[in-house]
Amino acid sequence: MSDTAELTVDETQEFVTFSAGNQVFCIKITQIREIRRWAPVTALPHTPPDVLGVMNLRGSVIPIIDLSARFGLGRTEPQERNVVIIVIDGDRSVGMLVQSVSEILSVTAEQIQDTSDVRATSSAYYITGIISHEKQMIRVIDLAAVLHGRS
Amino acid sequence: MSKSSIRDTFFEECEDLLEALMEGLTELEDNPGDDEIVNAVFRAVHSIKGGAGAFGLDDLVSFAHTFETVLDMVRDKTLFIDPDLMRIFNRSGDKLTDLVEAARDGTEIDTVSRDAVMNELEQYLSDQPEEEIAFAAAPLDFAPAPLDADEPDLPPFEPESAASDAGPNVFRIVFVPTAELYTHGHEPLLIIDHLAKLGQVEVALDISDVPAFSQIDNLDYPGWTIRLTTENPMPAVEAVFEFVEGLCQISIVDEADMPGLPPIQPPAPPPVIERPKASPLQSATPQKDKEREQKGPKATLRVDLERVDRLINNVGELIINQAMISQCIEELNLPPTSQIFNEIEDYKLLARDIQEGVMAIRAQPVKPLFQRMARIVREASEATGKQARFLTVGENTEIDKTVIERLADPLTHMIRNAVDHGLESADKRLAAGKDEMGTIRLTAAHRSGNVILEIADDGAGINRAAVQRKAVEKGLISADAELTESEIDNLLFAPGFSTATEVSNLSGRGVGMDVVKTAVAKLGGRISVGSVQGEGTTFSIILPLTLAVMDGFVVSIADQTMVVPISSILETVSAASGDIQIMGQAERLLRLRGRYIPIVNVAHSLALQVPEPVENPIYLIVESEPQGLCALEIGEIHDQRQIVVKSLDSDFGTIAGISAATILGDGKIALILDTDEISRGAAPQSLDTLSLIQNADFQDV
Repeated sequence: MSDTAELTVDETQEFVTFSAGNQVFCIKITQIREIRRWAPVTALPHTPPDVLGVMNLRGSVIPIIDLSARFGLGRTEPQERNVVIIVIDGDRSVGMLVQSVSEILSVTAEQIQDTSDVRATSSAYYITGIISHEKQMIRVIDLAAVLHGRS
Repeated sequence: MSKSSIRDTFFEECEDLLEALMEGLTELEDNPGDDEIVNAVFRAVHSIKGGAGAFGLDDLVSFAHTFETVLDMVRDKTLFIDPDLMRIFNRSGDKLTDLVEAARDGTEIDTVSRDAVMNELEQYLSDQPEEEIAFAAAPLDFAPAPLDADEPDLPPFEPESAASDAGPNVFRIVFVPTAELYTHGHEPLLIIDHLAKLGQVEVALDISDVPAFSQIDNLDYPGWTIRLTTENPMPAVEAVFEFVEGLCQISIVDEADMPGLPPIQPPAPPPVIERPKASPLQSATPQKDKEREQKGPKATLRVDLERVDRLINNVGELIINQAMISQCIEELNLPPTSQIFNEIEDYKLLARDIQEGVMAIRAQPVKPLFQRMARIVREASEATGKQARFLTVGENTEIDKTVIERLADPLTHMIRNAVDHGLESADKRLAAGKDEMGTIRLTAAHRSGNVILEIADDGAGINRAAVQRKAVEKGLISADAELTESEIDNLLFAPGFSTATEVSNLSGRGVGMDVVKTAVAKLGGRISVGSVQGEGTTFSIILPLTLAVMDGFVVSIADQTMVVPISSILETVSAASGDIQIMGQAERLLRLRGRYIPIVNVAHSLALQVPEPVENPIYLIVESEPQGLCALEIGEIHDQRQIVVKSLDSDFGTIAGISAATILGDGKIALILDTDEISRGAAPQSLDTLSLIQNADFQDV
């Protein structure tokens, strides 16, 4: 995920936006393997509250995290529209439970406001940038930081 | 192909070559005079040297060169194999293995021990003039070619033999290929080989026209003079050259017509290369070659392990999918006569076949592992001064690659123990009327879906009195405990137990048989020991064939479905209320045939939320170190079935109490319990049951 925000000026990239903990986030569409309806997972003992457990994705056992809980925004309340975004993390997959998925955005690098200056000290270290879209503030997520912690 | 992948290939080949080398050395011990074995060993060392040279691994090259040179003296019969030399060869083989590993991993080499071995090798070279050694390496490129009679370096004819009798024809053939012959893909060696089939050939290479190396631009310089003694007439000889007609200068002359020809002679002064002559029993040689061919490596394929694992993963899914479909069909309530039941049965068998086939790909013979152990025996017997013979049985037994890798450490430890503690010293052995040299036997065999490994020594057997005394000393058992022989033997596996009164630097390094036992248990196996006084001790390890599939109980724990590996369960008990006793505040004990066994509530130890207490819990009796027996309390056993093991993502680190996961027939994931880990939540228990539970080490994790 090292290529998160290094865009050349004219290049447009597509992001998928979603909400978690009542905030709007997005990640690059190329980092997403698939999006699945939420179904109960097998809980793992002795794990932090943001780790929901594991699920079966066509024969692979993949971990599922509650993104809202990971961001410290409280647990995701069970809802009809809840989905699991399966993201690509190196050679494996990880599922992230979110409230709902909204849309696909096409943006150029210019439209992303870099937040790396505040990132190092901020508790929101997993956000690499901000996109302003229809009066919404959309947070661009650094997937590696979310999955593996501050680097 | 990048350089690094060529390098990888080299080291892969090195593994094979080292295996061949060690195998050859073992054979050589039994047949010290066998030229073929010496050649095989020589070739292995030489190939390693050649490859190492290409990668600039100078340490490896110089050592291999010295080793090879001494081996060559054996080939030349200027040096004969005696036990001393054999010992040095073995050590050189070990050292070469070390150097290859060091080169592969880029680690430091132990120069002191290398130089020691090197010096010993060099002592054999000291009487040998340098030049000869340099030439000695030359013939090896010819060595693999199975030609017996057409060596280019035969000595000149004896005049007597030239004066042929009336019998066979003797032809003088001058054969000078042109460049075109080579560009057409012909090979002079094959032609000469063909001639050799007609009769006896004597060949001389004429290199007088070969220019200096820097001026070589074509290959049409060298020619051969061949003297062929054959029963066949001239046309048969001409026929050999039929396909190269026009591509070479050829003249065939019957010597009978041209008396007084000078004997053919190799050009002066070529390196005189003494090769061991084909043995006088000409007929025996081809037969031996045939044997060798059959024995030689079968056609194999190197496959990236990752691909195999991916395939195994897919087959695992196939099995799960098959289970799901079966479940769906059952729920349809079809009439039992329905054709689909036959089909689904076939599907099941087929899936199982495929799975077994794929698992077989991962299986590897234990031979390399056993060869490593041969080295351990040598080192251990040198360190202890006890002579030991090492026998292996069933080294072609195949086990899963991962299991083999993880067996190396425990086996090493046990083999060392066998030499160090198992065997008596030479004088004690003689006093007991035994052969001065002890025997360590390592056996592998398949038995009913398991692999059994046995490490046996013919030493004095376990000194049970000493073991018991020691266990009392260490506080493992109480002084008045009455133990059966096998209970005493099993004390060896208790943690912190070491019978050697003096801690030798060989096997008394603080880790004992308990570590071995844990390692074996991690592989889903069991270890046991048997001993006969005065006759020896045998350790047996029973392992599953593969780690990827296991038999398990599907159980419910709290509201979760989980799997418990059957191999870890001694028995299952459903207890009446009177069988449960409370001790202290909350420790509960299960009475089982007069013994009291601590109970661990699995749901609690996994910190699962228990909706309501289970009414009739089942107790799984498991045994682990250091707790001994332990009863795991679970809700219900649903099923016993074969499951495909899926490793849990390492993202969460290891999860206490959970070893892996599997996917059930309904597609849900079930966690596999690590019974060892869970029973660690129980209070420690000593072997004489009642006086147990020394202090409150108990914690509900």
